[in-house]
This record gives sequence, structure tokens and C-alpha cells, in this order.
Amino acid sequence: MRHVSLTITANKQVIPSIYEMRLEGDVKGIERPGQFVNVAINGLFLRRPFSISDYDAEGLTLLYKTVGVGSRKMAAMGGGEKLDILNGLGNGFSSETEYSRMFLAGGGIGIAPLYKLAKELKVKDKIVSVALCFNTANEVFYAERFRDLGVEVYVATVDGSIGCKGYVTNLIDERGIEFDYFYACGPMPMIKSICQSVDKPGEVSLEARMGCGFGICMGCSIPIKSGYARICKEGPVFRKEDLVW
Amino acid sequence: MVNKLSVNLGGIKLDNPVIPASGTFGFGQEMAEVYDLDILGSIAVKGTTREARYGNPLPRIAEGAGGVLNSVGLQNPGVDKVITDELPRLRRVFHKPIVANISGFSIEEYAYCCEKIDKEDQIGIIEVNISCPNVHHGGMAFGTSPEMAARVTKAVKKVTSKPVFIKLSPNVTDITAIAKACEEAGADGLTLVNTFLGMRIDIERRQPVLARKVGGYSGRSIFPIALRMVYEVAQVCHIPIMGCGGVSKAEDVIEMMMAGATAVQVGAENLRNPYACKEIIDNLPKVMERLNIDTLESIIGEIK
Repeated sequence: MRHVSLTITANKQVIPSIYEMRLEGDVKGIERPGQFVNVAINGLFLRRPFSISDYDAEGLTLLYKTVGVGSRKMAAMGGGEKLDILNGLGNGFSSETEYSRMFLAGGGIGIAPLYKLAKELKVKDKIVSVALCFNTANEVFYAERFRDLGVEVYVATVDGSIGCKGYVTNLIDERGIEFDYFYACGPMPMIKSICQSVDKPGEVSLEARMGCGFGICMGCSIPIKSGYARICKEGPVFRKEDLVW
Repeated sequence: MVNKLSVNLGGIKLDNPVIPASGTFGFGQEMAEVYDLDILGSIAVKGTTREARYGNPLPRIAEGAGGVLNSVGLQNPGVDKVITDELPRLRRVFHKPIVANISGFSIEEYAYCCEKIDKEDQIGIIEVNISCPNVHHGGMAFGTSPEMAARVTKAVKKVTSKPVFIKLSPNVTDITAIAKACEEAGADGLTLVNTFLGMRIDIERRQPVLARKVGGYSGRSIFPIALRMVYEVAQVCHIPIMGCGGVSKAEDVIEMMMAGATAVQVGAENLRNPYACKEIIDNLPKVMERLNIDTLESIIGEIK
């Protein structure tokens, strides 16, 4: 964890209710894709956790959805403003696996941490397919951005208005997607169904309302096979086999 | 040179009165990566019970305008694991006497845990939590009646040699009645106060935010109420008080001490600002100088 002040250099709407914020400054605290930041927002008591969707030596990108008062305040911020951030929180995805065919599944804003992960996997010469899952066509975002990385992109919508109709598990069956290892981030029902129906190893990123975001308050603990784990500290990424449903 | 920040808390000499409150600092390991823990007066570690506990289902965190609502429910590895695993790990990063926080679901459980923890030389003070609002059949039930509070105090005092502070609930009509009952039963000190029972509803989903519906509210917005309770108790009791509730800055520490606290715990503020205790300790000398306060001990209970 590093406590830093980062400067907003861009904050733009991707589609209605989805925003992308670029922050620059000391981002040495980030070690792996799938980690998150906890942002102090004026007027709110608790910080707000956001997934890091991308990072490089100069800065990081937060891809976020406006769901409550915190994210709406974030969306209203402009370039030049500084944010008080706890950076590099959580464990992140492991991209050092022996497998070669990787499947990434993101549901809604759960897509965010998969973007940098897909980049890392490409650098490691993995074969990467990405499923982007939404409720309906006008919620779709980032499909082109993933295609630009040179990965295979599939889209699924619950109502079938674009791409495969149904959920990620329908998509895997329908398109006959083959893979050795998967990564998923999205709503809990999606995470549960992919963990229970896919007969391959993988890891998933969970979310929860958090108190501190760095492991001191026990506000986001869940039972796992070996005992209890804090989503903010031991997580947010868990291996499929460690979770209990 | 005289340490102008030091206080004597129930016979334990503290370098300064600032103590992170139980439940907002884990067992110190995470915070040891943030700053040198030895700057602290002491540390009140996570509440401990006889058996390991997971606590309540998620979500167990919500928010209010100036604070946090939690329904964690005493997640801890159980007293044996605390003694064999957590205390030795804490000893490597914190080298002063600590405050052990003990909870229970029966008088026997309180006594059992306190007797065990009393044998640990790392422990300076035993803080008995009879005020957790997040569990059924125990916790706060012992802290809302003077008779029950006295029974727990007596049972614990019988099996311990270290100073025993009883942590009281603010969710009572008259906190002074409970405080006096504890003092008469032999308590060496009091911690005032635990969290206030609260609730939030998600009006979009039309559901309580917390899975347990209600939880304990703490943070800056409870400071005036906690302060009032410290003051009221200080007027009628003669044992030392650890003031707790909404403390977020050096000035709050001074205010709590003027109201009657000998030491001051910092809780919810640690969650939003991991440097909260360090910043408070760093700022205390400056604020004291501005207010012409020579030593912190001299202001304890100066408001009558």
C-alpha cells in the first residue's frame, strides 16, 4: 500500500454511467493487474475502492460506473484536481501460469481489471479470449479497446440485443470457446456460475462494501475453504478452488 | 527531558495517551507497514472471544454523514490463536504493553478469556467489552444493566492481576449508573464509549444496507456525544477513563482529556486515514504549545 496524491489528467464518459479517469503521479505501489485503489472523496467519511484498469510508469486508469454518491462525485471531477489515494491494494491476478489458452470473463464494470490483465497476458505470448457480458446492447463498452489489443473478443447480452444471448456460461457453450485457465470479474451470480460450471482452473475477483480497504477493519471478510479471508487484503482475487459457495 | 505527553493509565505509564481502538487496527500487522507502531501510547487489539468467530454476513459496512456503521460481529481467531499466533507477531512490531480486548457470550466466557490473557506479559491492560452491539446473546446485553456489568467485572477481577478496564455501551439511558456499578465491582478503569446502534436503508433496493440490518455507528459525528458521556462519568467515578468516540485530531484528544479522559482511543478515523494516530501524536505538542498546556496530565478532568 502506498499513500499518494495523484493528479487527474483526464476524466471522460465512455458510455452513459461508465467513466474512465486517468491519474498521474507516483504509481510505484502497483504490482499486478487486478489490484485496486481506495480514493478519499471530499464530503464522504469512507474512501471508495476502484479497480485499476490500466497502468504504466507515469500513471493509472480507473474505469468506473456511477452507482452511488461517491462515483457520481468522481465523475464530476476535472483535469488538474488531485486525489488522495491508497494505491496498490489487494493481491491482483497472477499472470505467471503455465497455461497457454486464457479466457477472461467480465460482467459489466467487472471488465475493468481485465483490460490490463489482457495486456500482460499478451506480453507473455498467451492466447487470450475475452468475454464481455452485459444486460443489453446499449451497455456495451470497451469491446473495441480489447480488440485493439489483438485478443479474441466475444460479447454476450442477457437480452440478446447484441452478441450471444444469455450469460457467460451460455457464451462458452454456444461459441465452443476452448481454454486452459480462466479469469473472471463481475456480479456475484456470474462469478458463482462460472466457478461452478467451468471444469478448468481459474481465478476470480470479488467485490464488497469495504471499511478500510487495507485489512484492519474486517468489514469485507468472507469464509473460504481454509478459514476466512479479507476481500481487500487476501483478495480481491481468489483461486476458484479456494472459494466456498 | 520530561515527556510532556506521557500519562499514567491505571499504573501503566504511556509515552502518550493515543491508542488505536479495538477493531480498527487489527492485530497491528497491516499498520506496521504504514508507520513505526512504537510511536503509539499503546494498541487496543481486535476483540477476542473464547472460540474463533467469523462474525456476521456481508454487507457489514455502511456509511453515515460523518462516520461508519459496522456489523462485523467480533471476527477473531479465538483466544488461543491470539495468544499463540497474533501476540508473538505483534511483539515483533510493537514493544510496549498492549490493551487486550475481551468479549464474551457468558460471564464464564469473559472470565475464561481474561484469565488466559492475563498470563501474557505483553498485556498491560485488559479491556472487557460488554458493549458490542453486533452480536446476539451477549456483548451489549452485559453492558446495559448495572447488575450484569457488575457481575462481569467481579468475575473478571477474581481471575486477573492486570488492570481491568470495562468498555461501556452508549446505548443506555444513564451511562453513569453502569459506570458506577463497574467501579464498585472493582474495575480499575473504564473505556467510554463503544459504537452507537444505527441503521441505513438503501432506498433504491428498498433493503437495509447491512445484512444484519443494524450495526454500530462510529466516527467524527459521535464525538460530542462520546465526550459528554466521558464528562458525565468523570463527575461521579474516580477510576481512569479511556475516552473513545469520533476522535480525529489532536484537539479532540485535548478535549477528551479536559472532559476527564486519561487516555484517548482513535477508532473509525484509522479506516479513512491510516496515518490518523501518527498525525495526532505529531500534532499534539504544537496544539499544546498554542494552548499553553505544559503537560497533558495536568488537563485531565479540568472541566468540572
